[in-house]
Amino acid sequence: MSAATTTPSGTTGPTTWERLRGWSPPSQYLPVIATAVVFVSLFGAGGVRYEGFATPEVALNLLVDNAFLIVLAVGMTFVILTGGIDLSVGSVVALSTMIAARTLEAGWAPGLAVAAVLLTGTVLGLLMGLVIHYFDIQPFIATLAGMFLARGLCYLIGVESIPIRDETFFSVAAASVPLPGGYSTTPTALVALGTVVVAAWVLHRTRFGRTVYAIGGSQSSALLMGLRVASTKVGVYAISGFCASLAGLLFSLYMLSGYSLHAVGMELDAIAAVVIGGTLLTGGRGLVVGSLLGVLVLGTIQTFISFDGTLSSWWTKITIGVLLLLFVVVQRLITRRQP
Amino acid sequence: MSQTQTPAAVGSGTPAPAREVAPVAGRPAAAPVVEMQGISIAFGGVPALDDVALRLYPGEVHALMGENGAGKSTLIKALTGVYAVDAGTIVVDGREESFTSPAASQAAGISTVYQEVNLCTNLTVAENMLLGREPRRFGGIHTRAMNRRARATLDRLGLDIDPASVLGRHPIAVQQLVAIARAVDVEARVLILDEPTSSLDADEVARLFTVMRTLRDQGTAIVFVSHFLDQVFEISDRLTVLRNGRLVGERMVAETSQLELVKLMLGRELATLEELDREVAETDLVDRTATPVLQVLGLGRKGSLQATDLSVYEGEVVGVAGLLGSGRTELARLLFGADTADTGEIEVHGTSRRFRSPRHAIDRRLAFSSENRRAEGVIEDLSVADNMLLAMQASRGWLRPIPAAQRQALVSKYVEALDIRPANPDATMRNLSGGNQQKVLLARWLLTEPELLVLDEPTRGIDVGAKAQIQQLVADLARRGMAVVFISAELEEVLRLSDRLVVMRERRKIDERLNDDVSVSDVLELIAGQERPTDQERPTPQEAPRG
Repeated sequence: MSAATTTPSGTTGPTTWERLRGWSPPSQYLPVIATAVVFVSLFGAGGVRYEGFATPEVALNLLVDNAFLIVLAVGMTFVILTGGIDLSVGSVVALSTMIAARTLEAGWAPGLAVAAVLLTGTVLGLLMGLVIHYFDIQPFIATLAGMFLARGLCYLIGVESIPIRDETFFSVAAASVPLPGGYSTTPTALVALGTVVVAAWVLHRTRFGRTVYAIGGSQSSALLMGLRVASTKVGVYAISGFCASLAGLLFSLYMLSGYSLHAVGMELDAIAAVVIGGTLLTGGRGLVVGSLLGVLVLGTIQTFISFDGTLSSWWTKITIGVLLLLFVVVQRLITRRQP
Repeated sequence: MSQTQTPAAVGSGTPAPAREVAPVAGRPAAAPVVEMQGISIAFGGVPALDDVALRLYPGEVHALMGENGAGKSTLIKALTGVYAVDAGTIVVDGREESFTSPAASQAAGISTVYQEVNLCTNLTVAENMLLGREPRRFGGIHTRAMNRRARATLDRLGLDIDPASVLGRHPIAVQQLVAIARAVDVEARVLILDEPTSSLDADEVARLFTVMRTLRDQGTAIVFVSHFLDQVFEISDRLTVLRNGRLVGERMVAETSQLELVKLMLGRELATLEELDREVAETDLVDRTATPVLQVLGLGRKGSLQATDLSVYEGEVVGVAGLLGSGRTELARLLFGADTADTGEIEVHGTSRRFRSPRHAIDRRLAFSSENRRAEGVIEDLSVADNMLLAMQASRGWLRPIPAAQRQALVSKYVEALDIRPANPDATMRNLSGGNQQKVLLARWLLTEPELLVLDEPTRGIDVGAKAQIQQLVADLARRGMAVVFISAELEEVLRLSDRLVVMRERRKIDERLNDDVSVSDVLELIAGQERPTDQERPTPQEAPRG
């Protein structure tokens, strides 16, 4: 045998079958795969236990009922990937419903109202990002301040619940998008899925997205690699703010009202979904698809409990708590194995 | 293509006479790609660099030599735009530059690979190499093109690394090579490698050197900073020596012996050191028949130190010499209980003890000053007095506060005795220079009146004056009966101070001898070890025996 043929490139590669058999998922996808397995088994268990559970309608309803949470979790994924956190999103959702309801009540055109909502959320996120980066303040504190600020602004707009009676909002809320096979879904669900797709593309196919991962991996390295750390770090909070206001719009379509006490604690649901979806709280690892799956897991648990009828709704919280703990511990084990 | 070499003007302002550098075969002698002249930088009035010159030619490996604090890293940071120069010119490629940021320096073709790999372990190899200038398609990153380009660069360096694999799954050595590959992809004309070999084993060093030679032959000027003399002599073509912020000389490596280089690096300090040397030698009155203050037998910990015996007697300074990673710090941490030993016994004054935490060691009158002053020593936001009294207060117990008058008396006594500046006990620790911080830490431990003091790199990164004071202090303490374990990367310092010498290599003690007439080169030989096959035949390091 000559030297040339002994090198790996000189030999014929393994057959397709051998490659298939020896294939194991890349380690960075393991947590997401674990979440997918949890989701499928939960859904399967529901199907075995309750009649009419494992149907396309229920699955589609998961998307419809949790559209706002999906969008929220997408924004949160950006922030957590950089190693930050955004506690303000729940309040921003409430503020968005209030702004939408009040501006529509005042007779603004729906398009203008939507623009006002999205702009407010994005600017709020941008401001928090600026404070976090340029004053080097912990994201926890800065967004905690943002959370109180946004919630307070809600009360400034109105203390009582404001119903939304705008025709356009009504028709969008009532609209259904036909799907093949006689099923249908809502525009809000499509918006949520669209957000996931766009976010996945941005995170994996743009320099901004890869910089998000780089910052989560090591901010100082990212700086030394000449990446635009400042604008990216500020950007993720702006994105989170935008997603929160978009989620607020979806939520106001879902509730058809604006209320200061909407979405209390929803930021924690979003964080839970992201973490269950396999994103590392220290940043640098995770996929947006995981966050989608995380929301679906939370939704399935709720559906499970409503199907059962005898279980108290607190079981939702208990199950989420247990799952969260489990996932964090599993993540810890995985990252310890591969530093 | 002559290889003539004029010894450079030593420490003077006159530029060295123009001369040709030894060209790489087949490559004409070229103009220098970087010419730094008359570089001076001062920090808060203290000069860090004084009229230093550095010339780099295309296609050479240039070693930048000097002890800790000689100004190597300051000079590098001046070249990479981290520090602005107070005086002097930097000419890159015939154009005078004044870099205001690392990005500007990088744009001029100067890339740096630091000792700690500054990459993101959660991204792929290709992303780490190309992020920031990745190929694009349809407005997004073209992953396949990126991997192809990374593969091409890796191939050029002769590296077989999968560009699509996640960086964190590769060992540090490979990550370092990827960092170099990133630098190379920027079309770096100057590549600065700052201590690239400190965490590599022999095989990995050989691999790195292969890559360095490839790059050199392709015309890159490489600056190589390393403490390992053998490696410097193996890879470098030319070298520049700094001492105390001044240029000492520029030499062809082929015409310089290791001994000459060491002399250049230590320079005039040698004379004054010899004085102290004699002093130490003459006062070797250590009674080694008595019960040692501390005796360890077979002390070891898996993965950090092989079973080691060591005794330290009253009034004795035991110097520990060895390179970074040789196990010298690990030994200190095990002695003090900062890490828990797997094997071995510790006897203090002949009584067997177990140290499960530093607290136990402090109770037995041991003290340990860590090499990592910033992270494991100084509390920057507290005052000098508070920093000093920490250990004493801890050993008294927090419920027995030290009376204010006593505090003040103790603190002013040590501020004066150790010449701590500013002589203000209320000054915030952050504002003190490294040398003064180190003195405060010493005072912290001296206040606990230890019988055994373990000092790990007490003089690292501090100015010459403070260094001499600390060395003097250690000698005085020993004369008054304290047992001292003195660890330092600077051989000459270890030799100067110790009564007995322990040499560490590859995580075990390889030699122990009385320090009479031991020379730097003796120790260097021990540390460097015998010539050994660099490739496959290298035996795998053995695990510490357990029992």
